[in-house]
Amino acid sequence: MRITQGTFSHLPDLTDDEITAQIGYCLDNGWPLSVEFTDDPHPRNTYWEMWGLPMFDLADPAGVMLEVDACRTTHPDCYVKLNAYDARLGRQTTALSFIVQRPEPEPGFRLDRHEGADRRITYTTTSYATGRPQGERYLA
Amino acid sequence: MCAVRMNGLGDRSAVRRGFAMPGSAVAPAPEVAPVDDGGAAPSLAPDAVVDLAAERSATGVDELLAVLDAELVGLAPVKARIAEIAALLLVDRTRARFGISTAPPNLHMCFTGGPGTGKTTVALRMAGLLHRLGYLRRGHLVTVTRDDLVGQYVGHTAPKTRDVLKRAMGGVLFIDEAYYLHKAENERDYGSESIEILLQVMENHRDDVVVILAGYAAEMDVFFRSNPGMSSRIAHHITFPAYTADELEQIADRMADQLGYVFAPDTRPVLRDYLERRMARPRFANARSVRNAVERARLRQARRLVDGPDPRVDRDALTTIEPADLLASRVFDPEPDGTEPGERGTAEGCGSGTMPE
Repeated sequence: MRITQGTFSHLPDLTDDEITAQIGYCLDNGWPLSVEFTDDPHPRNTYWEMWGLPMFDLADPAGVMLEVDACRTTHPDCYVKLNAYDARLGRQTTALSFIVQRPEPEPGFRLDRHEGADRRITYTTTSYATGRPQGERYLA
Repeated sequence: MCAVRMNGLGDRSAVRRGFAMPGSAVAPAPEVAPVDDGGAAPSLAPDAVVDLAAERSATGVDELLAVLDAELVGLAPVKARIAEIAALLLVDRTRARFGISTAPPNLHMCFTGGPGTGKTTVALRMAGLLHRLGYLRRGHLVTVTRDDLVGQYVGHTAPKTRDVLKRAMGGVLFIDEAYYLHKAENERDYGSESIEILLQVMENHRDDVVVILAGYAAEMDVFFRSNPGMSSRIAHHITFPAYTADELEQIADRMADQLGYVFAPDTRPVLRDYLERRMARPRFANARSVRNAVERARLRQARRLVDGPDPRVDRDALTTIEPADLLASRVFDPEPDGTEPGERGTAEGCGSGTMPE
């Protein structure tokens, strides 16, 4: 099951040229970018691993692509995303966040129903991938 | 439910065209014929003829070169090389339109020359120039020295250098006093690690960043001798010649003009004499010395006006530099001894202080 987190996730995967154009858009808006990766794609997992520090003072997408490629080569079986942060007063939030790499088999999520008192149901989603230890989750 | 879903999935390409490419970097829609990467110009048939003169005027290269010529005095070899580079980029662009594949030219440069010959000034202009010529995507300039590239402990240098290179991408990385990067007397110096990374990026990201090294000729020679790889990866070794007395006079004129001063007619021969004497002195720093001279003349002029017998001044008096303002200088001393007396005419320590002249 293809996970749909972040911008563009309902579209086919972006090509490198398209990613470069997106980065260019972010830089033109003055948003510094950062690269993050994880192998736990649970929607509530907001704390992905940081690939280096956020990149400030860049002018050209080539510098960001350098880091994206480095991260993708080091973690070929992880989700990799790019975050663009808008630091302007009044916004101060992530302005754009999109996945730039996803592992090949995406097993998806299991939905657990837990019946409590008065037939009240609570739901839990669990990624099938997280059944295995970190680092072995997306090995084919 | 089903209809909604069909709608959501079926028109993917339309959605993609709408959202995937924000800003000005919109790629052509798939149905348009593919366009060359070389620019907006359409590809040409093999038997087409291109008017290079028209192309040239369309890019605005001539105005750029004219501005450069007007604003920088002398530097003929430098201007010639810039004109060559401009021509090459123009020809490359035209070749691309014919579909002739061209590897991006190597534009890394090394500026050598004496102090005050305009190395930094030209480098500052080079970024804008290459951007206008369509070689650099952004055309900004990142000026660094050894401190910004070399770290303080093991493992600190590589990320630091890479960070600087990332910032410079799309523009020019200007490394001032580049010979400091390599310290021959210390083989464990981290500078060589930085040079290694620089070389790698200069080779692999040639179209992303242009690296300009600058330094004094003798020191750069030593630097290149111990780093032959660096020397061969730099296509343009440009030597900045020392200025002649005529050129220095023009420079003095321009500097005074920028500050809102003029030299009185009878100051001219004195200025010329001053420059010639100054050129013969040790530690003469070309344009920088001229700038200091103008600054000091300004100080003396101010003092002359304030301390003068007639406290009333007009506009001319405020903007004119008289011979006396220059004649007070130490270079007119009859016996040029090796000691360093204070400047005559101004209190010691009031000079601009940038050069110990």
